[in-house]
Amino acid sequence: MTTAVETLARPPRPSVATRAWRFVARHALTVYAILAVGYLMLPIAVVIMFSFNNPPGKFNYVWHAFTFDNWLHWNSVLGIQSALVKSLEVATLATLVATALGVMIALAIVRHRFHGRGTTNLVVFLPMSTPEIVMGSSLLTLFLNSHGTIQLGFWTIFIAHVMFIISFVVVTVKARLIGFDRHLEEAAMDLGANEWTTFQKVTLPLLAPAILAAALLGFALSIDDFVITYLNAGPVQTFPIFVWGIARVAVPPQVNVVASAIFLVAIILGLANVVWQYRAAKATRGAT
Amino acid sequence: MGEFLHRHKGLTPYLLLAPGMLWLALFFLVPMGFLGYQSLQSGLFPHFQFTWEFSNFSTALSDYHTQLIRSFVYAGIATVACLVLAYPLAYWIAFRAGPWRNLFLLFIVAPFFVTYLVRTLAWLNILADQGPVVRILRDIHVLGPNGRLLATTFAVVAGITYNFFPFMALPLYVSLEQIDPRLLEAAKDLYSSPTKAFLRVTVPLSMPGIVAGTLLTFIPAAGDFINAALLGTPNQSMIGNVIQAKFLESLDYPTAASLSFILMGTILIMLLIYAKVVGSEKLTG
Repeated sequence: MTTAVETLARPPRPSVATRAWRFVARHALTVYAILAVGYLMLPIAVVIMFSFNNPPGKFNYVWHAFTFDNWLHWNSVLGIQSALVKSLEVATLATLVATALGVMIALAIVRHRFHGRGTTNLVVFLPMSTPEIVMGSSLLTLFLNSHGTIQLGFWTIFIAHVMFIISFVVVTVKARLIGFDRHLEEAAMDLGANEWTTFQKVTLPLLAPAILAAALLGFALSIDDFVITYLNAGPVQTFPIFVWGIARVAVPPQVNVVASAIFLVAIILGLANVVWQYRAAKATRGAT
Repeated sequence: MGEFLHRHKGLTPYLLLAPGMLWLALFFLVPMGFLGYQSLQSGLFPHFQFTWEFSNFSTALSDYHTQLIRSFVYAGIATVACLVLAYPLAYWIAFRAGPWRNLFLLFIVAPFFVTYLVRTLAWLNILADQGPVVRILRDIHVLGPNGRLLATTFAVVAGITYNFFPFMALPLYVSLEQIDPRLLEAAKDLYSSPTKAFLRVTVPLSMPGIVAGTLLTFIPAAGDFINAALLGTPNQSMIGNVIQAKFLESLDYPTAASLSFILMGTILIMLLIYAKVVGSEKLTG
């Protein structure tokens, strides 16, 4: 109240508070955006920070002392290394297979008119709109009712991951294909290339960025998946399953180390992409 | 290969579709059938028999309707919270961010790069009883001297909100970014106030993003059990917790399968009502 009165009394020089308030009002949305990003980054900062913590007991909940030891001895916790390796193996294999299958579906949907196109779209859309717990448990009932022909383990995780990645690959590649210049392919055909050569020499190189983006997304989804994996893993431990198991006892800082390392690799790839896009945009602006 | 495709042009799309669709059929559609098959069985582990046991559904509903309703309430609150929190951010990125746009989009997806379980566990650190947040809230008497945030409904809903925030923010951004700024200028030229222009132009044009974001947040949130397991107590337990425990701990597959079916059925019904309300074109894009 007093500030308002003071402002009225001395119009030429508004008080600091008033000026601050005006600044905030003008930039309120920007301030909010920064705060919101702070909220999104807070847990990430905490994960990284506690990877350097030297907890007094076995609980890594409260900050105690700084140390590099967790990073140097990241695999000193029993099972953490094999779980990470298992996650990377599943993610690599599942991503390769799902990307190939998904790209083919996307090509068929965008490039061809055929009977059952609507149904295909629906079947691709369904896994993305089904809760993970439902997908995971239905797949589990399939394996449970196979009368021992399918044992839960590495390959059931692989099957599950390919299944839920395919749809995301289709959506990513489809978006790129729709805005695609078909004249280049027509030119290749006019110059005597057959369909297969055109696909190899023209379509595939032009699609490469979208395929790469889809594969990275698939890899990220696979390495992070817990719910479907947990239901169908049997005795196999991926990194998220390892974390779940150890969370019931006490999470050692080494878990933060591995999570931070995965995050840093991903963020470096992401930042490289941002810089690349920024430069590309600048180059286009310079050209015109 | 080229020769063959050239001679049978009509076959190409089916050959392209076959492997992927076969995978989805075998490992997504067929399992749904097995889920139904399992849900109608009776008996005790490991001797289940298929007996058209429809009473599994009524028993499951009467035993676990609390968790089922709780799941939808939590998911609903989290979805609304995500929408309210994400809309201004997506708006700022779409219209005001300028050269910072891509960096801020990277900030939005950054939580995805930290393992789901680990970023949820980070909230244990943040909301810990000895942590700074609880201390401040106790000092300003928002919380009582022994009040806590962990193991409360608040912690679980906040965890869900945080974890699904990017699913809301990204579709919102995509739809806002497509709005032609000239439409807003036109509204201004026609003497519309900023508030009115926002409500009459921006919001309706961003509806596809709101619809997509709501679905992408609500559906996985309703089936989530990690937040309830890590940040809550059995009093916050959701339907996902029950299904997971029935499958892996008490080995009561028929009940688990019928609960899964009920969850999916309820979501489908909600989806159909939602489609009626907002228009089905907006739902499928």
